Amino acid sequence: MGAALLTISNISKRFSGVQALGGVDFNLYAGEVHALVGENGAGKSTLMKVIAGVHQPDTGRIVIDEKEVNFSNTDDSQKAGISMIYQELNLINTISIAGNIFLNREFKHGIFLNEKRMNEEAKKSLDQIGVKLDPRVKVSRLSMAQKQLVEIAKAISMEAKIIIMDEPTSSLTEGEKKYLFDIIAALKKKGVGIIYISHDLDDVFKLADRITVLRDGCTVTSSSTDSTNKASVINQMVGRELNQIYDFQTNVKPKVLLEVDGLSNKELLKDISFSVREGEILGIAGLVGAGRTELAYHLYGLMKPEVGMIKLRSKVVSIDSPSKAMSLGIGLVPEDRKDMGLFLNMPIQTNVSMSNLKSIRRGGLMHSKLERNKALQYIKDFKIRTSGPEKKVVELSGGNQQKVVLARTVDTKPQLLIFDEPTRGVDVGAKSEIYKLMYKLASTGVAIIMISSELPEVLGVCDRILVMRGGTIAGELSREEANSELVMQYATGQK
Amino acid sequence: MNVVKMNNVEIQKKISFTDFLSKYGLIVGFIILFVVMAFLSPVFLTKVNLINILRQVAVNGIISVGMTFAIISAGIDLSVGAVLAFSGLIMVMTQGQGAVVALLAALLSGVLWGFVNGMFITKGKVQPFVVTMASMTLVQGVTLMVSGGHPITLKNPTLLRLGSDYLGPIPILVVVFAIVIILGWVLLSKTSFGRYTYAIGTSESASKLAGIKIDRIKILIYTLCGAMAALAGVILTSRLSSASPIAGAGYELDAIAAVAIGGASLAGGEGKMVGTLFGVLIVGVITNGLVLLDVNVYIQQIIKGIIILVAVLIGNRK
Repeated sequence: MGAALLTISNISKRFSGVQALGGVDFNLYAGEVHALVGENGAGKSTLMKVIAGVHQPDTGRIVIDEKEVNFSNTDDSQKAGISMIYQELNLINTISIAGNIFLNREFKHGIFLNEKRMNEEAKKSLDQIGVKLDPRVKVSRLSMAQKQLVEIAKAISMEAKIIIMDEPTSSLTEGEKKYLFDIIAALKKKGVGIIYISHDLDDVFKLADRITVLRDGCTVTSSSTDSTNKASVINQMVGRELNQIYDFQTNVKPKVLLEVDGLSNKELLKDISFSVREGEILGIAGLVGAGRTELAYHLYGLMKPEVGMIKLRSKVVSIDSPSKAMSLGIGLVPEDRKDMGLFLNMPIQTNVSMSNLKSIRRGGLMHSKLERNKALQYIKDFKIRTSGPEKKVVELSGGNQQKVVLARTVDTKPQLLIFDEPTRGVDVGAKSEIYKLMYKLASTGVAIIMISSELPEVLGVCDRILVMRGGTIAGELSREEANSELVMQYATGQK
Repeated sequence: MNVVKMNNVEIQKKISFTDFLSKYGLIVGFIILFVVMAFLSPVFLTKVNLINILRQVAVNGIISVGMTFAIISAGIDLSVGAVLAFSGLIMVMTQGQGAVVALLAALLSGVLWGFVNGMFITKGKVQPFVVTMASMTLVQGVTLMVSGGHPITLKNPTLLRLGSDYLGPIPILVVVFAIVIILGWVLLSKTSFGRYTYAIGTSESASKLAGIKIDRIKILIYTLCGAMAALAGVILTSRLSSASPIAGAGYELDAIAAVAIGGASLAGGEGKMVGTLFGVLIVGVITNGLVLLDVNVYIQQIIKGIIILVAVLIGNRK
């Protein structure tokens, strides 16, 4: 092979006291797919954002086509031929496909937009990847998969030499995924270098020419796909045995806490029935869009069922708002931590006390000392890593942010605690601490429902597993009978 | 090791400087303004003038207390000026029933308008800017119609004393302002209501999940705004001894300016009652100073605008 398209060496980056990257080396050749894998928090996204010019590295060099570059923003990196496709995508829903493809580099007639030319050019780019979409259609009307394709067309229209894809398949169906892989193969032939970030090792081994493993902000290994295998990649990612992370304990008590009977709501939930015992950790597995988060919302009063009954300790309850849910002893640690779980610009102590202000009041007025002490206690108990309770939550790492949400929820003394993707964006160390906290809560009789897309986590932590598909419960598995193949079969409708 | 230590010290230094600016910049600015005025005008530092300034800022100050809550909750209340004029009118119209009745009627009218605003904002799910702009126009119209467009004289002696009497050396209306701002401070920083106001302004979705009754808090906020506007109306009417249907024009903007100068963010979640107090005082001192210096009225406006911009610019340097 000739010279590398992209070479980065010794890149490091710190964020307010957290070393996100500590001297990473990485390179990419034209016409190859180089996969980047690692646990959440390993530094993959940070590394990619450095390459795309979103963040500026503290140390290290980035060389493209044998020239050293310094990107101060994404504009610079795009000019150098780098296109990044974010997991959450970066399209503006209210404007057309063509408008998105040419966003910030519109064709113009004088001061007016040249819509006709943009539509034609967008069509060309879409054609190149064999996508039959009308470029005048608004992006809001597209599926996730179609949006992904629009992003790729955009990259092509910018004549990108390097395309970074961050978890491109996380919300695609099998058919859409195959289509995407065909397009990636075609891009390879054209000499585009692709950095492919994914959690899905099956995909990675299918697609990648080389695999680099990141852990705790450092490169662990970089090897060609032929010379490695899944087991060793997992070992390198995790850096320890899986059993150690989960350290399973069971605390199931005989008394039933929650019974859900025939819960239905339009197409979202169809005839959901199940129960949870005190001290039990019930896992809910399934694909994205199976209705898991919606089920959590119904139990927490954020959505209302059309039919069905919810019983707590054999008493029928109606949960019409989160404040009602809280007063009934139900807590939710949401999936979207930053938007729904936290007051990012507020200090830790304010976040922790928010749902239980009466505990820090004396004679109707709040006392900052009581608030601070409460926060200090949780910082100690939950091992929240911070310089103090006054620190704003936005400055904490994902795992510590999650612990803050958990502290606030636990402070309301829930009897039923629902976790939605509790360890997303959380590093391995904090993960095992969160599991330990779950076991500890369960041992005091708290019933836990854990929704998770990470199969090893569901299999490793839960007493019992429900698998959802299309708004229904497709299967129920005990800890003993559950394995990843079985769960996936239920989740995808093969069983 | 040494390098790391050096860096830490530097970072600490930087933080403390920006901290200082964001914490005390307002007070420093006020002191500078105060000193400059004292040098420029011999009258400025006299006891009569200082008390006069306090008397002048009381009306805007009381409105600003309510506005602080609205703005911290990421909302706004444009109707306060109109409500002020309306409640003044109610007071003079009911003055024959006795001072207590007239006072309560005036305050209640403000509470009512504020409550209606809150209902439209929460139950109708319309943005506060739009709701309160509509109610501003509506209330103004009602006031003009009922009054026939003319000012009505206040004759009730008890009510008149409210605007002219003194408690020791201090005018009663200044005492009222002081009580209102202290209560406002307690409410904002020491009670759950205040904490939830910040929470809603920071993130409504997180507030909902945390079990905060958002609608209830918002209705309370706009009701408070209405009540404060009405109280300001009572005081202004009493001070001028008449209720003019156009008395409230522009007060909403003065209040927003004072809150913004005081460091609150119109995006919500940030702001302090002490900031609002200094915002009100700064606006008051500028207005007073420019009058003392005999600056042309048009130029007064230009200078005021510039000072608001500068103050907000400094406040954003965090």
